[in-house]
Amino acid sequence: MSTPPLDIEGVRARLAGKQGPEYWQALEELSDSAEFQKLVHDEFPPLASEWPEGLDRRRFLKLMGASFALAGLTSACGTIKTPREQILPYVNEPENMVPGKALHFASAMPFQGYGRGVLVESHLGRPTKVEGNPGHPASLGATDIFMQASILSLYDPDRAQNALYRGEIGTWAEFSSRMSQQASTYAMSQGEGLRILTGAVTSPTLVAQLEALLQKFPKARWHQYEAVSRDNAWDGARLAFGREVETLYRFDKANVVLSLDSDFLYELPGSLRYSREFINRRRIDSDRLGEGTALMNRLYVVESGRSLAGGMADHRLALRAADVEAFARAVAQRLGIEAGGKALPEGVSAEWIEALVADLKANSGASVVVAGENQPPAVHVIAHLINSALGNTGQTVVYTDPVEAHPVNQAQALHELVDDMNAGRVKTLIILGGNPVYTAPADLPFLEAMKKVELRVHLSLFADETSEWCHWLIPAAHYLEAWGDVRAHDGTVSIVQPLIAPLYEGKTSHEILSILLGETGQTPYDLVRKYWQTKLARTDFDAFWRKSLHDGFMADTAFAPVTVAVSGTVPPPTERPAGEGLEIQFRCDPSLWDGEWANNGWLQELPKPFTKITWGNAALISPATAEGLGFGKASEWRESPLATLEYGGRSLTVPVWVLPGLADNSVLVHLGHGRPLGAWGSRERKEADAIGFNAYALRTAAAPAFGFGATLTKAAGTATLACTQLHHSFANRRGIIRSATLGEFLKEPDFVKHWQHHDDSYSLYPDYEYNGYAWGMAVDQQACIGCNACVIACQAENNIPVVGMDQVIRGREMHWMRIDTYYSGSPENPRAFNQPMLCQHCEKAPCEPVCPVGATVHSHEGLNEMVYNRCVGTRYCSNNCPWKVRRFNFYQYTDRTTESLKPMRNPNVTVRQRGVMEKCTYCVQRINLARIEAKKQGRRIRDGEVVTACQQACPTRAILFGDINDPDSAVRRQKAQPHNYAVLGELNTKPRTTYLARLTNPNPALAAFEPPYESEVQ
Amino acid sequence: MAQIFSRGTNYLAKASIVGLVLLVGGASTAFGMLWWSPYRSDVGVSVQQVVPFSHEHHVSGLGLDCRYCHTSVEDSSFAGIPPTHTCMGCHSQVWTDAPMLEPVRNSYRTNTPLVWNRVHDLADFAYFNHGIHIQKGIGCVTCHGQVDQMPLMRKTNTLFMSFCVDCHRDPAKYIRPKDKVFDMAWTPDRPQSELGPELVKQYDVQTSQLIDCTVCHR
Repeated sequence: MSTPPLDIEGVRARLAGKQGPEYWQALEELSDSAEFQKLVHDEFPPLASEWPEGLDRRRFLKLMGASFALAGLTSACGTIKTPREQILPYVNEPENMVPGKALHFASAMPFQGYGRGVLVESHLGRPTKVEGNPGHPASLGATDIFMQASILSLYDPDRAQNALYRGEIGTWAEFSSRMSQQASTYAMSQGEGLRILTGAVTSPTLVAQLEALLQKFPKARWHQYEAVSRDNAWDGARLAFGREVETLYRFDKANVVLSLDSDFLYELPGSLRYSREFINRRRIDSDRLGEGTALMNRLYVVESGRSLAGGMADHRLALRAADVEAFARAVAQRLGIEAGGKALPEGVSAEWIEALVADLKANSGASVVVAGENQPPAVHVIAHLINSALGNTGQTVVYTDPVEAHPVNQAQALHELVDDMNAGRVKTLIILGGNPVYTAPADLPFLEAMKKVELRVHLSLFADETSEWCHWLIPAAHYLEAWGDVRAHDGTVSIVQPLIAPLYEGKTSHEILSILLGETGQTPYDLVRKYWQTKLARTDFDAFWRKSLHDGFMADTAFAPVTVAVSGTVPPPTERPAGEGLEIQFRCDPSLWDGEWANNGWLQELPKPFTKITWGNAALISPATAEGLGFGKASEWRESPLATLEYGGRSLTVPVWVLPGLADNSVLVHLGHGRPLGAWGSRERKEADAIGFNAYALRTAAAPAFGFGATLTKAAGTATLACTQLHHSFANRRGIIRSATLGEFLKEPDFVKHWQHHDDSYSLYPDYEYNGYAWGMAVDQQACIGCNACVIACQAENNIPVVGMDQVIRGREMHWMRIDTYYSGSPENPRAFNQPMLCQHCEKAPCEPVCPVGATVHSHEGLNEMVYNRCVGTRYCSNNCPWKVRRFNFYQYTDRTTESLKPMRNPNVTVRQRGVMEKCTYCVQRINLARIEAKKQGRRIRDGEVVTACQQACPTRAILFGDINDPDSAVRRQKAQPHNYAVLGELNTKPRTTYLARLTNPNPALAAFEPPYESEVQ
Repeated sequence: MAQIFSRGTNYLAKASIVGLVLLVGGASTAFGMLWWSPYRSDVGVSVQQVVPFSHEHHVSGLGLDCRYCHTSVEDSSFAGIPPTHTCMGCHSQVWTDAPMLEPVRNSYRTNTPLVWNRVHDLADFAYFNHGIHIQKGIGCVTCHGQVDQMPLMRKTNTLFMSFCVDCHRDPAKYIRPKDKVFDMAWTPDRPQSELGPELVKQYDVQTSQLIDCTVCHR
C-alpha cells in the first residue's frame, strides 16, 4: 500500500484516547481503516496471489496440461540423466590456492574519495563478498551498504566494457597514442586549455600525479566536483580557523551529543567508526547497573530530515533546514558565545534550549556538537565555537589536517570550469570518474558549456549521461580490479589491492595521468608502489609494503591532531525572503547516494530507512503539511498522489509521501534517481522507464542543500511506490517493541516481563533435547541504528535475488531479513524504533508441523532448516509464521543466464529456483565451515567463531550469535540480561532469536516535551 | 433400445481392473528400474577422458598415494584435481614422446587446462566435504570403490542421497581406522560390528547430528 488514506484528526483522536506506549508502523495503522485490517489479515498484499496478467483459468489449464505432457516426455527421453560436467584444473596451481577454500585479501573501498578498509572473500580468484577490516580505523570490521553492494557493481553486466571513441569501439592503445600526442602539444603551450575534473581526492599517488601534471603544464588546471560535497564543512573551518581542518569526533568519550542536522551515523567519512563508538556508550550491561545514569550517553538531534541519528535520539526536534542555524545561534548565545540572531525559530521553546544548554554545560569536555554537512558554514562555525567553549576541543573533538589533498569549494570549482568552457578557454577536458552532466546544478549549463570543448574524455565505470557527450569513454576499473591508494577519514593510508584482473578493459585515473606525464607503460601497481617507495625511502620497504598489503592499511599514517584556535566569528544571519513559502531540501539518497549506485539492484531494492521505499523516490512532507497542501484528507487515494513540485522556475511531477516526524512547511527530495536502468544504449534501457524523478533538475548552484519558494500542488493521477513498510507486518500484536527510559529500567530492570500475562511453560509438543550446540541470536535494539548494512550483507552472503519494482509492490521482496521501523507518539514527531527481523528459529516452530512434505524441519542444534529440494511451494509454512519471515520464489528471480553474475554468487549457498520457500538459515554454511574446522582439530567450536553475515556487517555490533548451551558464550550472557525478551514470546514457540529492549535516556528537565514512556501494557 | 455393449464386454471390464493394476505396476517398476539403472546413475560406466588416465597403473602399478595428486583431500571440501604441472613432474622424464600424453604436453606448453569429464558429480544442492570424511575415518574406497583396479575411472556407487544417508544414519558400518583411510585393500581384522562402534566413539562422531538436513544442504 502506498499512500495513507490519512485522516489526521482521526489519528489524533485515536491517540488521545490511548494510554501507555502505542507502537505503530505506518499512518494507515493509526487510522486503523478496514483496508488496513484486511492488509494485515492477508499475509501478502492483496495482489500477491493473483495471476500474472493475461492468464485466465482456461489458459492456465491448457498450459498445465501441456506442461505435464511435456514433463512426461522429457523425463522419459533422458533428462533423468544427470548432466555431464567437466573439471578444468590449473596448469600451474598458484601458491596457497586450495580449491574449495576461500581466501581473504585486505583492500580499501574509496567512497567519495575517502577509504574504508575491507576484507574481500575470494573463491578461486573470484571475489564474492566484502567484509570490513577489523584493523582499519574507518571500518573496525564493519561495513556499510555501499561496501556490501560494491561486489554487485563489480559484476554488473551493464558496466562500460569497451573504450568508445565517438560512439564507436576504440582501443586503449589508440587512446593512449592520441593522449601522448596531446601531451606533446601541451608541452609547447604549458598546458593551456588542459583541464582535469575529479571528485574529492585523498589518494596520495593520484595527488602526486596531479601535482606533477600541474608542474609540467603550469597552465593546466585541476577541478574537483562531487554532487554531495563537503563544501560547508570546509568553508566553516576556513571561517572558524582561517584554514581547512578535518574535524574528528570521539563519541566514545561523549556523554552528551548534539547533532545540528548531522547524520553522523551515516553521512561522514568516519561514520562507521562513529556508529560503533557512539553505540558503545549506550550499551546496557546488567553488571554495570550500579553506574546508574552514567550508563548511557544522551543524544539531542535537531534535524530537518529523518536521519539514522534522529532515529536514535533521546530528544529530537524537527526543524526546517533553514531554522537549524537560528537554533544553533540560540544555543551558542546561551553558552556565552556572540553568535547574533537571538530569535528562536518557530516551534522551539526556550525551556527546551535551556535544558539542552544546561546539559551541555554540565558535561563540558565530555560533549560533542556536530554540524550537518548540508548546513551552511555558519552552523559549522557555531559548532566549532560551542565545542571550544565547552572545552570539548582536544577531548571529544579533534582537529587534523585535511585528509582531502586540496579541499576546494567544489561548487565554485565547477562554476569556474563552466565559465572557462563557455569562454572557450578549455581545449581538453578529462573527467576522471563522476557524472557531472547528471549531477551539475540545474542552473549551471554544464552540458552546453562542455560541448564547446574540443576533446572530452570520460573515465567511468558505466556509460552514462556524461559519457554520451564525451569523445572518449574509457571504462574505469572497479576498486576490486586495480591498484591504487586512499586515505581514511583520519588520514590512515590503505593500498587498494585488486582481487581480480579487470573483467573488461578497465583503466584507472593513474594510467590516464601517466600518459599525460609521458610515463607510458606503467601499470597502476608500478605507480603506486614507486610512489610509496620514493616517499617513505625505507630500507625495509619490501617488508613494509607486504605488511601494509596484508593488514590493509599502513601503520601510523593517521594524521596527528593539530591545535587550532577559533579565530573567526560567526557570519551574520542571512536575510530570509519574506513570505518564504515552502522549503525544499535536497539530500543524497540513503541507498543510491548521489546516483552513482543507481544501477545497483541490491541498493535499489533496499527499503530506505524510515520511508521503506524501494525503487524510486518521492517528495517527502510532514503529515500537517500534507493536510495543509490538500493531500491529507485524501482518504480515497489508494496510491501516492502525484504533485507538481515547482522551484526556481523549474518543475517536476513527483509522487508525494507523508513521513511522520518531518518538519512542517518543508519538502524533502532525494537525489540520485530518475535514470533508466540497464547499459547505456542497450535495447533494455528506455528513457521512459526511468525510476523515480531526477531532483537534480531543480537543484541550483546557489542552494545545493535547501532553498525557499517551492510549491507543491496536486496534479492529476497517482503513482504506486514500492514501499515495504507494511509488507510482512504483524500489527495488532502486542509487545513487539518494548522500551523504557533508563530511569525506569534502573528501577525495574526486567520491565519487559510486563508484556507476559500468562505462564507459557507448557506445550503439547514434546521438548527437544539439545546436547551439542544450540545456536541462538540476540539482537540489541538499543544498538540498531537501522543502517541496512545487515540486509545487504545477508543478500550478498545468501545469493538472494533482486525481484524488481513490480514484484516488490506485490509484496514479494526476497530479503531474508528486514529492518522493521516502529513509531510511538504522535505523527508530528514520533520516536522511532528499529527492529531487525529475521527467522526466529523457534524451538517449537509453527512452520514445521504444517509442511506436508517435510521441507522445513528441526535440526539437533535447534536450527529451523529449510530444504529447498523438498519444497513444493504450498506456502503453508509462511502462512503459519507469526513473524512473516519466510519468502517465496514466485518466479525465477535469480538470474541464471547472465554470465557475469555467476562468479559473484557464494558457492557455499544453493541458488534457489522458482517455486521454493526460503528464509534465514542463521548462515548455516558458516556454522558448517566452523564445525568442520573444529572437528578436524578435535575441539569444540569456540565462542565467536561462527559469525553470521548480518552480525559481521553490523557497525554497532547489534547482533550477537553463538551457542546458548555454552555457559560462557557472549550470546548467552546477552540473553541473560534483564531486558531480553522474545518478540511474540507469548506464543510459546521459544524463539532462538531474542531482542534486548530499547532504552532511552531522556533529560528529566524535558519530560514535558516528550510523550510518556510507560512500561504498562494496554 | 439396443444394447450398446455386447455381453462379452463384461469380461473385458473385469479384465481391465487386473490390467490396470498390471499396467500401473509395470510402468512403475520400469520407471524405478530406469531410475536406479546405470543409465541414470552411471555406475560402472567408464568415462572417456581426453587422456586415458589409468588409476590402476598409477596406484597399484606404481604405488602412488592418493594424496600425491589429490592434494587437498584431507583439508578442503574439494579433493583437488592435479594441475598439469603435477603430471609433467614425471612425464617430462618418462614417456616423454607417448602420443597418448600429447594433450598433457600441449596443456603445459600452451598454458591451457586439461578438460576432464567429471565422474563423481554430486547434485549442486549437496555440499560434500572431503576433509572431514577423511579425518573421521571414511576410506576412499567406501565411496569411490577400488580405484586401483580401474584402468579408466568409473563410479561404483550411485552417490544418490540414499547412499549417503545409509552411512550418515549408521557410520559404524563403514568407518575404519584413520591410518587405513587411503588403503585400497583394507578389510577389518575383526568384525566391523565390533570395530565400527568403537571407532565412532573414539573419533567422536556426532551421529545424531549427521542426519540433519543442513549438514549437506544449505
